[in-house]
Amino acid sequence: MEHMSSPVRFRSNKKASTFSGKELSSLSIRDQEDMQYPYAMRDLPLMSHSGEQHQRPGHYGAEGIGSPINGRHLSLPGTPSLVRTIPFHPRGSPAVPPRHNHMGLDPEFQQLPLRRQIVSQVSLDSPLSPSMRPRSPWGRFDPYDSPEDQDKEYVGFATLPNQVHRKTVKKGFTFTLIVAGESGLGKSTLINSLFLTDLYKDRKVLNAEERISRTVAIIKHTVGIEEKGVKLRLTIIDTPGFGDAVNNTESWRHIDDYIDQQFEQYFRDESGLNRRNIQDNRVHCCLYFISPFGHGLRPLDVDCMRALHEKVNIIPVLAKADSLTPAEVCRKKMKIREEIKQFGINIYQFPECDSDEDEDFKTQEQILKNSIPFAVIGSNVQVESKGRKFRGRVYPWGVVEVENPAHSDFLLLRNMLVRTHMQDLKDVTREIHYENYRAQCIQNMTRMVVLERKRSLREKYRDGSEADFPLPLAVADTEKERLIYEKDEELRKMQEVLERIQEQMQHSHRGGC
Amino acid sequence: MSEATKPQPQAKGEKTPISDTSYVGIDAILEQMRRKAMKQGFEFNVMVVGQSGLGKSTLMNTLFKSKVSRKSVQPNVEERIPKTVEIKSVSHDVEEKGVRMKLTVIDTPGFGDQINNENCWQPIMKFINDQYESYLQEEININRKKRIPDSRVHCCIYFIPPTGHCLRPLDVEFMRHLSKVVNIVPVIAKADTLTLEERDSFKKTIREELRANGIDVYPQKEFDEDAEDRMINDKIREMTPFAVVGSDQEYQVNGKRILGRKTKWGTIEVENIAHCEFAYLRDLLIRTHMQNIKDITCSIHYETYRVRRLNESNILFTSNPPDHPTVQPKANGQPEEQPATPQPNGVAAQHEALSHEM
Repeated sequence: MEHMSSPVRFRSNKKASTFSGKELSSLSIRDQEDMQYPYAMRDLPLMSHSGEQHQRPGHYGAEGIGSPINGRHLSLPGTPSLVRTIPFHPRGSPAVPPRHNHMGLDPEFQQLPLRRQIVSQVSLDSPLSPSMRPRSPWGRFDPYDSPEDQDKEYVGFATLPNQVHRKTVKKGFTFTLIVAGESGLGKSTLINSLFLTDLYKDRKVLNAEERISRTVAIIKHTVGIEEKGVKLRLTIIDTPGFGDAVNNTESWRHIDDYIDQQFEQYFRDESGLNRRNIQDNRVHCCLYFISPFGHGLRPLDVDCMRALHEKVNIIPVLAKADSLTPAEVCRKKMKIREEIKQFGINIYQFPECDSDEDEDFKTQEQILKNSIPFAVIGSNVQVESKGRKFRGRVYPWGVVEVENPAHSDFLLLRNMLVRTHMQDLKDVTREIHYENYRAQCIQNMTRMVVLERKRSLREKYRDGSEADFPLPLAVADTEKERLIYEKDEELRKMQEVLERIQEQMQHSHRGGC
Repeated sequence: MSEATKPQPQAKGEKTPISDTSYVGIDAILEQMRRKAMKQGFEFNVMVVGQSGLGKSTLMNTLFKSKVSRKSVQPNVEERIPKTVEIKSVSHDVEEKGVRMKLTVIDTPGFGDQINNENCWQPIMKFINDQYESYLQEEININRKKRIPDSRVHCCIYFIPPTGHCLRPLDVEFMRHLSKVVNIVPVIAKADTLTLEERDSFKKTIREELRANGIDVYPQKEFDEDAEDRMINDKIREMTPFAVVGSDQEYQVNGKRILGRKTKWGTIEVENIAHCEFAYLRDLLIRTHMQNIKDITCSIHYETYRVRRLNESNILFTSNPPDHPTVQPKANGQPEEQPATPQPNGVAAQHEALSHEM
């Protein structure tokens, strides 16, 4: 998990000369969706050129940082947040504006005609001399495109990110989100505002009578969004009827079952024969809406989150925050955070920053952490005020802007969910929640198998008959069977020990993350 | 009021020497009543019901412009949700312009806060019936007190959370059971969450649902006495439920100090009718209809209770087989009965029957 926390920030000069294990391993592909790269990692011949690497190529000015592994900084417009995120991971970031400090591209163009001149001056000693290099398919995204690289020898795998990027962009990304909370907290409005879609166009809200007899339903909405060539298949799972009834003890049971079903289906697919086109319907994130009208968490909130926190990433959200004054918002957030800690609810934790991260980045992450739960306001309505058009709500006493950070944490939530942490959410789901489920599943299966074997062995000893064992046993030999029986006992004891160790690991893991 | 120059008649019907041929002076009774009432003072018992966090205590403080709520009385108690519905009542003597009032605010913490809220209205129902019962006991005493202390709940303010969609099943259940024993005034709590259009559509939905479920909230249509009453009450019924915002903090707006809530996008003025309907609620409860509320409680709800109780006692004492279809004297077999109350005598048993029958 610690790899998640070392985003590919091409480090500042002081680190350029050494290649720490982290940096090297950060080049490896973690996501199983990415293709495997056949190139072995070799010692780069660049160690001797460390002096030149310290030149900060001014045109890669996106972060003003130079020299990474081989002195390149990738400024690909399609992955603008690559710098701050996990290395070479495909990003599901459909709503990404071009970053304002991508000033690097224009000067690059200016350098191109220069390169032509330089090329002719370079010696043709080495077989890999730049002048003989074929025209790069990456165009201006070619990391080797700067003039000072023309006379160096490179292996060429710094284009790996480009390759990954291109392949995954073609495939597209998926993201599954479940929203839970009492009705009337603005869930649908917020989802529409977050993803700028209209998923709930023909919604019919039931009145109280119809609601009495209804149980919690699970409704899936899928929508495909495309932005700047990046496709995202977004699935929102709604839970109407949650918390509405007079007796709500079973409200979260349906959500629980649904999440388990998705895990189970994925587990089966994964263990199947044809694994080429597995559909990943696992739930990556749960937005839990907390009512602003209570004093912190209600008993229903606590129980539901406790039931779900081991299965899905929970992000608590304080809904309808325009009913609170700023002091009340602060107070409620603190209260909710305390209660979350008090009841032992494991909400989604943001990955830790490296100690050598940019100060800006660290403060951003700190702001994010202090904003849990996000106090949001949603709106589907465009209002016009003071000459600007924006999404907001009009009251007789003022106009609330949804995207104003002084008014609500909506922007923080959207950035976190979509622009920066979407991949992390998916990774945590895959690595932690799904693995927990899988381990439990397998354990249950083995336990059942062991029990079955013991039972049949016992029967055999009692009856003395040649019963059919569920597992193939080599020889129907009494001596061997006794041994097997003993071994089974050992196995059972070992399993118990294993369980205990796993629990401890989970504890420490949870504590560590 | 009567003219100051004429001598005040001491008793009704006694004719004093008339200087003006047409004036008798009967209206002087109002002045007498007024003086007497000022001496005696009034009593008003309000119950507030709603989920925790909806601003009940703040609204009470705002209504009476003083710290009358339970929370103000126990200042440093932590907010915790009790496991069952508790009934806590706090009394204050307030005075204004020489008129004294004993105001009792009855709070119901724990209502609607649990995961399973079935029958959470039963403790409340029991409390209301208990108050009627104690008044009845005082009344049927042989040596009655001159002025029976009135602890009956005159008005129950029910707080609806501002979801903007419709009433929840819990709201409907509560109001259906309790509108028969007490005057219910529904209000939309924390209404600064709703824009004006949302507020209007929410109110319309609520009114329709109330009508569909046969719930009659105050002012009840059937108790309108004459056309004038009906007109006034119709206007109020058009505005039910009131969308209120409560606040006990003062801010400076346009040079005036007003009660309100200050947010980053504006200040909500509690008493501004363009912002919320608190002023209408206050007028209804205090300035115009308080006496009417008390009258309906005394003469209609209490009388209903009394008639039923006395009928049951009659039946029990004369041990006639019950021919009244609605009365069930032996209520012990009923599954929904209050389980924990001991029953010392037959009268108390009837009381149990009555409270669960609703």
